Amino acid sequence: MIPKSNSPTAQAPLLQVSDLRCAFKSSKRKGFFGPHHLIHAVNGVSFEVNAGEAFGLVGESGCGKSTTAKLILNMAHASGGSVLYRGQELVGLSHQAWKPLRRRLQYVFQDPLGALDPRMTVLDQVIEPLTIHQLHDRNQQRQLATQLLHSVGLQDHQLRKYPHELSGGQRQRVVLARALILEPELLICDEPISALDVSIQAQIINLLQELRRAMGLTLLFISHDLSVVRHLCERVAVMYLGQIVEMGPAKQLFNEPRHPYTQALISAIPKADPGQRSERIPLMGEPPSPAAPPAGCRFNPRCALATERCRNEVPTLVQSGDNHAVACFEAKIPVTEVA
Amino acid sequence: MTTHTEIAAPRRAKWQLKLPLLIWFSIAWLALMLLIAVTGDLWQPYEYQAIDLHARLQPPVWLEGGSWSHIFGTDHLGRDVLSRLVTSIQVSLLVALVGTLIGAVMGTLIGLIAAHFRGWVDDLVMIAIDYQAAIPFMILALAVVAFFSNSLLLFILLMGIYGWERYARITRGLALSSIQHGYAVAVRTLGASPWRIYGRHILPNIANALIVNMTLNFPQTIMLETSLSFLGLGIQPPMTSLGNMVGFGRDYLLTAWWLASLPALVIFFTTLAFALLGDWVRDRLDPTSR
Repeated sequence: MIPKSNSPTAQAPLLQVSDLRCAFKSSKRKGFFGPHHLIHAVNGVSFEVNAGEAFGLVGESGCGKSTTAKLILNMAHASGGSVLYRGQELVGLSHQAWKPLRRRLQYVFQDPLGALDPRMTVLDQVIEPLTIHQLHDRNQQRQLATQLLHSVGLQDHQLRKYPHELSGGQRQRVVLARALILEPELLICDEPISALDVSIQAQIINLLQELRRAMGLTLLFISHDLSVVRHLCERVAVMYLGQIVEMGPAKQLFNEPRHPYTQALISAIPKADPGQRSERIPLMGEPPSPAAPPAGCRFNPRCALATERCRNEVPTLVQSGDNHAVACFEAKIPVTEVA
Repeated sequence: MTTHTEIAAPRRAKWQLKLPLLIWFSIAWLALMLLIAVTGDLWQPYEYQAIDLHARLQPPVWLEGGSWSHIFGTDHLGRDVLSRLVTSIQVSLLVALVGTLIGAVMGTLIGLIAAHFRGWVDDLVMIAIDYQAAIPFMILALAVVAFFSNSLLLFILLMGIYGWERYARITRGLALSSIQHGYAVAVRTLGASPWRIYGRHILPNIANALIVNMTLNFPQTIMLETSLSFLGLGIQPPMTSLGNMVGFGRDYLLTAWWLASLPALVIFFTTLAFALLGDWVRDRLDPTSR
């Protein structure tokens, strides 16, 4: 277990996202001159991340989890809702007002090769955030960056290399170092390991955990890899088609998933013990297009438990006493055993 | 096994690399041209406009009838060809270099502006680019020279306008694609200003294409200068330029071939050297192709 941060402000959430929305204009129009179709990539997402915890956001690709991260960091335009960081509203802040906040919130990219400038040495790229925020003098910057690169596991002779000369895992270490050199409070990792080999994935995850412990980081960890999230995170939210369908403490959510979608996802996690095969709950069909979401519960066309009510009414996220929230009418009914 | 030895081979330091012979030639030639342009005033044997009607159409020294007093011979007014060649190289290089630089800076800047602001700014720039690309530049140059009488400054500016649209189009396209690229987004999330993003990250990453374009553009600028001067619309006598010399030497091609051929050779080698060198520099600048 990871020890909780001992910061005194642990009660107030570090990051509070409420009813966040993002709609993209589609190139298709209604009629020839009609308005553009709107695609609701993120549709009323609310969650809180407490200081010091690791919060996982999971869901299949296209469900809006990356967009949520981009909305938090103002890299995409939110069409509604609010994001509070230590009580400060982030949605609609100007570039100028964002600058000091960039030090506190950092982002780790999915594709480490793309995220690094191909024409700068690794060391220079890790120094750059310090230059942007005008911290320390040149010598100190170099020293700090070198130290940090060492602590994420790079060796001296690799510091002068260009990104393409490093391996995937090493690149992701550089990206991590670049994000961490500003000593952020919140690190948003957007699928940080999905572009890496499985053996390297484990290294990066362990590194993340170590760094978390050492620096007291708060993590918002976005992934489609449930086993990693289970390993790393204390609380988890499951997204489906731009909405959160279930949210709760990781242990509880993975042991007794309540939403049929979560149940199906968890049943698909491969088990290490070949004798202990679980029965997989197959999901029928593809996720519907967010341009034309189904009426009622968004999951209803693929749900085995769907009733008439699910096709007409939209379920809201209902929290029960144990901090476990689920958006499903049928959730209380015990379903066929999963594991 | 071969791949293994390749990996194990130590990386050579930058300037220890063995340069290809052609590159040596190009560097040597351009250095020579530069040397001539810079120091020419000190050792020019004659004033480039000094007329000596007693020594008209003298052949170069290595031909029959040539003398050491005029190494490259004289023209129809008895002016020393070597001296004129030196001044021509100065003028033509100045026009082509400054012209190319103006075009490159202006085009790149306009392209970046279009890529950054998008929307109607972008539309306007694209329309201007299309207009510029659709008008044959020679005709534009003729019109400008005809309207505003010819001066060296105007002529240099005119050369500067030549080709800006290609820089602008390349810059805009590449900047648009790189701004979506991970590294640009990453630097933006670090809090970098647009100046830093464009100046430190995007421009170095798209510089390859711009340098290649510049090396294509430079010889073309020399050619354009030459053609306009050849037509009598560029550098005006008594000033001289390479194209101007070729133009006036044309009348004597049969009797005094050196008048047109010597400046033509200079044009040929200079443009070739620049193109070869540009190609090589592009390869060297790209860390991923090393």
